[in-house]
Amino acid sequence: MSHLIDKLNYFRKKREPFANGHGETHQASRDWENGYRQRWQHDKVVRSTHGVNCTGSCSWKIYVKNGLVTWETQQTDYPRTRPDLPNHEPRGCPRGASYSWYMYSANRLKYPLMRKSLIKLWRAAKQQHKDPVDAWASIVDDPRKTEQYKTRRGMGGFVRSNWDEVNELIGAANVYTAKQHGPDRIIGFSPIPAMSMVSYAAGSRYLSLIGGVCMSFYDWYCDLPPASPMTWGEQTDVPESADWYNSGYIIAWGSNVPQTRTPDAHFFTEVRYKGTKTVAITPDFAEVSKLSDEWLNPKQGTDAALGMAMGHVILREFHLEKPSAYFTDYVRRYTDMPYLVMLEPREDGRYVPGRFLRASDLVDNLGQDNNPEWKTIALDETSDQLTAPNGSIGYRWGDKGKWNLQQQAEGQDVNLRLTLLDKHDEAVDVAFPYFGGIQHDHFPHVEYKDTLTHKMPARKVTLANGEEARLVTVYDLMMANYGINRGLGEDDGATSYDEVRPYTPAWQEQITGVSRDKVIRIAREFADNADKTKGRSMVIVGAGMNHWYHMDMNYRGLINMLIMCGCIGQSGGGWAHYVGQEKLRPQTGWQPLAFGLDWQRPPRHMNSTSFFYNHSSQWRYEKLDVTEILSPLADPRKYQGSLIDFNVRSERMGWLPSAPQLNRNPLTIAAEAKKAGLGVVEYVTQSLKDGSLAFAAEDPDAPENHPRNLFIWRSNLLGSSGKGHEYMLKYLLGTTNGLQGKDLGQEGGVMPQEVKWHDQAPTGKLDLLVTLDFRMSTTCLYSDIVLPTATWYEKDDLNTSDMHPFIHPLTAATDPAWEARSDWEIYKGIAKSFSKAAVGHLGVETDVVTLPLLHDAPAELGQPFDVKDWKKGECELIPGKTAPSIIPVERDYPNTYARFTSLGPLLEKLGNGGKGISWDTKEEVNFLRQLNYQHEEGVNAGQPKIETAIDAAEVILSLAPETNGHVAVKAWAALGQITGLDHTHLAINKEEEKIRFRDVVAQPRKIISSPTWSGLEDEHVSYNAGYTNVHELIPWRTLTGRQQFYQDHQWMRDFGEALLVYRPPIDTKATQPMMGKKTNGNPEKALNWITPHQKWGIHSTYSDNLLMLTLSRGGPIVWLSEDDARDIGVEDNDWIELFNTNGSIAARAVVSQRVMPGMVMMYHAQERIVNVPGSEITGTRGGIHNSVTRACPKPTHMIGGYAQQSYGFNYYGTVGSNRDEFVIVRKMKRVDWLDGEGNDYAQEAVK
Amino acid sequence: MMSYLNTLVFGIYPYIALAVLFIGSWARYDHAQFTWKAGSTQMLRKKGMSLASNLFHIGILVIFFGHLVGLLAPKWMYEPFMTPGQKQVMAIVVGGIAGAMCLVGAAMLFYRRLTDARVRAAGSFADTLIIGLLLAQVVLGMLTILPTLGHLDGSEMLKFSAWAQGIFTFQGGAADHIADVHWIYKSHIFLGLTLFVVFPFTRLVHALSVPVEYFGRKYQVVRKRS
Repeated sequence: MSHLIDKLNYFRKKREPFANGHGETHQASRDWENGYRQRWQHDKVVRSTHGVNCTGSCSWKIYVKNGLVTWETQQTDYPRTRPDLPNHEPRGCPRGASYSWYMYSANRLKYPLMRKSLIKLWRAAKQQHKDPVDAWASIVDDPRKTEQYKTRRGMGGFVRSNWDEVNELIGAANVYTAKQHGPDRIIGFSPIPAMSMVSYAAGSRYLSLIGGVCMSFYDWYCDLPPASPMTWGEQTDVPESADWYNSGYIIAWGSNVPQTRTPDAHFFTEVRYKGTKTVAITPDFAEVSKLSDEWLNPKQGTDAALGMAMGHVILREFHLEKPSAYFTDYVRRYTDMPYLVMLEPREDGRYVPGRFLRASDLVDNLGQDNNPEWKTIALDETSDQLTAPNGSIGYRWGDKGKWNLQQQAEGQDVNLRLTLLDKHDEAVDVAFPYFGGIQHDHFPHVEYKDTLTHKMPARKVTLANGEEARLVTVYDLMMANYGINRGLGEDDGATSYDEVRPYTPAWQEQITGVSRDKVIRIAREFADNADKTKGRSMVIVGAGMNHWYHMDMNYRGLINMLIMCGCIGQSGGGWAHYVGQEKLRPQTGWQPLAFGLDWQRPPRHMNSTSFFYNHSSQWRYEKLDVTEILSPLADPRKYQGSLIDFNVRSERMGWLPSAPQLNRNPLTIAAEAKKAGLGVVEYVTQSLKDGSLAFAAEDPDAPENHPRNLFIWRSNLLGSSGKGHEYMLKYLLGTTNGLQGKDLGQEGGVMPQEVKWHDQAPTGKLDLLVTLDFRMSTTCLYSDIVLPTATWYEKDDLNTSDMHPFIHPLTAATDPAWEARSDWEIYKGIAKSFSKAAVGHLGVETDVVTLPLLHDAPAELGQPFDVKDWKKGECELIPGKTAPSIIPVERDYPNTYARFTSLGPLLEKLGNGGKGISWDTKEEVNFLRQLNYQHEEGVNAGQPKIETAIDAAEVILSLAPETNGHVAVKAWAALGQITGLDHTHLAINKEEEKIRFRDVVAQPRKIISSPTWSGLEDEHVSYNAGYTNVHELIPWRTLTGRQQFYQDHQWMRDFGEALLVYRPPIDTKATQPMMGKKTNGNPEKALNWITPHQKWGIHSTYSDNLLMLTLSRGGPIVWLSEDDARDIGVEDNDWIELFNTNGSIAARAVVSQRVMPGMVMMYHAQERIVNVPGSEITGTRGGIHNSVTRACPKPTHMIGGYAQQSYGFNYYGTVGSNRDEFVIVRKMKRVDWLDGEGNDYAQEAVK
Repeated sequence: MMSYLNTLVFGIYPYIALAVLFIGSWARYDHAQFTWKAGSTQMLRKKGMSLASNLFHIGILVIFFGHLVGLLAPKWMYEPFMTPGQKQVMAIVVGGIAGAMCLVGAAMLFYRRLTDARVRAAGSFADTLIIGLLLAQVVLGMLTILPTLGHLDGSEMLKFSAWAQGIFTFQGGAADHIADVHWIYKSHIFLGLTLFVVFPFTRLVHALSVPVEYFGRKYQVVRKRS
C-alpha cells in the first residue's frame, strides 16, 4: 500500500532467526523488486534486422515498451536445415545488439536540417522569386552565393528546417539541373540493395524516372573481385555458410571469419569436429588464426606468389606425375584447358600466346554460320579434328539449344584433348612476362629475366586466310606459366621444388617468407582432399586480398587452385568470397522497381571508381605510369597516355559507362536532331564523329560536365568508402581539406592525351549534396541538407544475404521517431515536389541515353579481335558495337510522382528477366493489380499501386522467381530454350509456392531455386556457386562457356595478365615527397597502409555508438608492430600521425605483436567525428582512413564488349584499390583539439 | 502591516513549510522510491571530497541537533544545571565551531559543483540549488553570532525557544515572540523554513534514510514471500 505506512509497522514484523541466529527471515515489502521485473517486460516483439553491410542478415526480435524500442535479441526461428547439418540460429553479434542505442541517442537525426548559410540564401531567394526553380537558379548561378555554403561544408552550422521547405528546395534544384545541365548531372549513391532493398529502390526509382544516374558500389568498395567475372562471367556467387560444414579442407585466406562473419563462424568451428582441417593465411595474427590448425603468414600483398607456388605443386603432382582421374575429367569438361590459343611470332624467334582460335579463323568458319568469331575451338581426341564444342558464347546469342556444356559439337560427341605433348608438330619457344624481379622499396623481389621462355608443344594449322598458325592448348600454357619444365628442351621452368625459379615453392619463400615445406604440404593436402572427396576443398576469402592494385592475381591464384582441383560447383568446395552483402536474392523482381524499368528503359548506371576518379580530380595527381604495369612483351607505343586516357577510350568504345554522359544537355539533343532532319541515333553518331559532340569525360573540368546534385542514402560515402577523401572534399565539395600533393601541372609527369587539361581545376563542383541517414555521420556533416530517415526498427523492407538462403524483413516496431521518415516516404515526397516544380519548366521530354555494351546481352559480342578506336579512325562508329548504344528515352516530368507510385506498362509489354533470359510476366502484374489495388485516374490509371513500402515489397516478391514459384518455372523454361536442356525440374515442385511480405514477417523463408543464380536452394545440397553449371551443364557466361584460366583480350595480354602471374604492389609514390619535409622532431617511417574490417563496427556504423566505443578505445586507433613502434619511439596509446601526399590522419597507437613489421593497420571507417584531434601536417582535423588514399584505376578493368569482360552494373569495371598505399608514421608532438577549450597538450618528444 | 507580515512569515508559513515537508516527503517516498537517494558524485571525482564532505556533514549534523535541542527543549529541562546565559555561550561556541566546519565544507562542495564539468553534467538544478541554499543558510547562521554577542544573557534565545515551542504546540500568537528580533535572525529563520519547503524535492531526503538497522542486523536477512 504505502511504503511509509509499511515502514511504520517495522517493529511489528515477525522475525525468525535461523542458523543459530546468524540469519533471520523477515517480512518486508518486496515491491521494489518490480523495478527489476519491469525492466524486462515489454508490450510487443517485432521482427526486424540491421540493414548494414555485413552479410550477416540476421533476423532480430525488437522489443517495444511504451511505444519505445527497449532492446533487441536474436531470432531463433530460421527454418531448420537437414539432419547432420547444424542449424543457422541464433545469428547475430554484439554490434547488432547495440543498435537500439542509436534510436534515442544524441547521434540520432530528428529533423530535416539545412546549413545555415544555405537556408538564409534560400529564404531570401524565395522572397524574390515566386517560382522555386527560379529561386534556386538565382543562388547557384551566382558564385559568390554558392561559395557561402560550399566552403562551410563539414563545419556544422545546421539549422532545423521542415519537410515542406527541404522538399521544395530539392525538387527545384533537380528540375533546374535537369533543365539547365541535363538529368545525368543528378547523381545518386547508395550501396548494397540487399540490406534494405525497398529503401534502395526508393531513391534509385526516383532518379531513374527523371534520368538521373545510379552509382555502383561493389566495384568502388573494391569488394568486387574482377577475377570472378574474368573467370566465370559471374559477378560473385558463393556458397552459403552452411556449406562450410560439407567441406573436408578449408583455407581461410585473408578472411577473418570470427570477426567479420561472426554469425556464421560457428559452421567453421563445428566442421572441425568432423575432422576437417582448417588453415588460416593472413599476414597478421588475426582472430581466425587461433581457430585454425595451421597459420601461414605471407608478407602482405604477396599472396599471388603463394598461390602460384601451391598451383605449381598441384599441377605437377595431381595433373602431371600422378594425374587424378577426377581432376583430369573436370578440367576437360568445365574449363578452357582444352581450348586452342594461337601463338604470335616475335622477331627474336620466340612466340607469345595470342588470342583463342575462333571458328571464323578456319576454312568455311568450320561450318558455323552464327557468330563464328565468338566460337572457340578445341581438338577432339578421338577424331583428332578441330571442333567448336557447344557452350561457347557464340552459341548463346542468335541460336537456340546449343549453349550447354554437353561434350558435343554439331551434335557429335567429342572428347577434348588437353595436352599436345604426345601429339605435337613442333616444340616452340614461348615467352611469358615475369614481374617478380621488379624492385620495390618495401617488398622483396627475386631477380630473374624479365621474360621467361618455355618450350611448348604446338600444332600447325592452316587458317582460312592461308596463313599457317601455331596452336597450343591452355592446358600446356598453364603448365608452362606455372614454371613447370615439360622436358622438351631448354626451358626456364623448374624440375624441382627447391630450384629458385618462378614459380616454385623455393622461389615463393623469398617473396612471401613462408617456408617451402609448408607450402608444399598444404597444397598437397588441399588437392589430396579434393581428389578423394571429389572437390570438397574450400577457400574462404575476404576483401583484404582484393584491395591490392593487382587483386586479380591474388584472387586468380586461389581460384585457379580450386578449379584445378575440381572444387567449383561441388558441395563443400569452392570459392567462398564474402564481402559486401551483394546477394540481392530476388534481383529480377527488384530491378523493374528499382530502376523504373516498368516505365522506361534503359536506366543510367555508372561505375563509381571512374566517376570519382574523374570528378574529384584524382586523375590530376596520377603518378602511376602505364609503362610500370605494362607487360615487357607488349608494344608500349600502343599504350600511351595517363590512366584516365584509358578510361576515356573505354567509355568512347562503349566498354564502360559514362556520367555525365555527353558534353551537352541530353534533353536538348532530340530537338537538335529534328532540326538537322536526322534521327537521334544518326545525329549523335555524326556529331560524335565530327567532334561537335563529345563525351563529358573528355573534359571533366569544364562546367557543363560537372555532376551537380548528389543524393547519398544508406551510405556514409565520405566517412567510409570514399577513396581519395581529401580530393573529394576539395574538388567535389569545395571545402577545407588536407590534400598535400601537387598535381601533374605543377609537378610534371605524363600528361593526359585524351582529356583537356585546365591549369586551374574547378573546386566545389556539386551544387547540392543531400544525405539521408538516421545518425549524424561524417557524410551528413559535409552535406547541405540532411534528411532524418527511419531507423532499421522503424520501417518495412526486405533483406537477403549470400551467407544463408533466407529472405526476411525489416518491419516497423515503432513509427519513425521525431520527424524522421522512411526512405520510401522521403523519395515519394521529393518525387511529388519535383513533379510540382517541373510544371512550366519541363514537360514530356526526349532524353538521349548512352548505354555501354552490356554483359548478358547480345552487345557482349562487341569487337571479337583486336581493339579498335573509332575516334582514331581505326574503325567505323557503330553504336552498340564499337561505341555505346544511343537510345532516346521519353520522360514525363510533371508525372514523375504518378509514375513513382504505380507499376508501369512496360512489364506487360516487354516482359521481365535478367542475366540473359526473359519471360512473360503479365500474370504477375495482374495479380499485383488485385493485391495492391490499381489507380483509378490519371496517367497511371489501371496500373497497380505502389504507395507504401509494403506495396513495393510485394512487387519485388511477386515478380521474382526466387519468391514466386510460378515465375521460377517460367525462368527455368526460358533458360532451357537457350541451353536445349530441361531445367524446370529444379522448381516445378515449388510452382505453387508464393512468398508474400506477411509470410516473411511470420518467419524467414528459404527462397526458390532460380536461374539468376548458379546454385540450388534444395533439400539435399547446401547452396553452392557453380553447382548448376556442373550438374545441369549450364555454361559459365564466358567466352568459352567454361571457367577460364586464360584471358585472351588484347589488353589482358599486353598488361601481362592473360595468365596468372605474381606482381608486386605498385609504387604509389605518395610518401617520398613528404618524408622529412614537415618534421616535428620525432622520427618518421614509411609503412604499408592496411585497412581491414572492424571489430567494433560494421564499416562506420556502430563506430560512433557509445557501447562499441566503450569496448574499444573510444576513438581512432592504428595498430603498429612492436619493432616499428620501437624504431620511431612510439609507445602504446601515444597519439600518432599518419600522412602522405594525399592527406593525414591522427590516431592513437595500439602496439601489438599481432602486427608484422612493415605495416600499420587501421580498422577502416572509424568515424572522424569522435575524439579526433587536429593534424600537425594539415592544420585541420585528422582525417579518416581514406584521407591517405587515392583511387588508382587499372586499365584491364576497363575492358568491355568482350564476352565475360563486358560491363554490368556492379559486375565489372574499375575498382577502388587502396592496399598498395604507404604512409609516414610518427609520434605527434602537439595534441590540439582545435576547440579552444584548453584540453590541448604536448606529448614528450622521442629521445 | 509589519505585524501582518510577521504573523504570515513566522506564524503561518511554518505550518505551510512543515506540511509540505511532511506530505511532500511521504508522497515522494511512496511514489518515487527510485528517486529517493543521496545522488553522491564522489565516484566521478574523488579529489578533495573526503575533506569537503566530512567537514560539511559533521558540521551540519551538529548544527541540526544543536538547533533541535536548543529550540525545542523547555526551560525546566536544563534549568537545574545551566542558566540561559551559559546555554547561550555554549551555543555560540559549539555552534560556531560546527558552523565554521559546515561553512568551509559547503563552500568547497558548492565550488566543486559549479566548476567540475563531470559533476555538473551528472547533477540536476536542484542539486546546485540545495547546496547553494545551505551555504547561504550557514552564512546567515554564522552572522547571527554578531547580534547575539550583544546579549549573552540568553534573553534573545529564550524568545526563539518560545516561538518554536509555540509553533509546535499550536499556540496562537507564537510569531509575536520574535516580532522585534534583529533582521539577521529573521532571515535565518525564513530561509530555514524555506529549506523545509524544498526538502522533499531535493537530495536532502536522504537524511531521512539513515540505515540504522545496519548497526544491529543479522549477517543474513531473508525476506519472506508476502
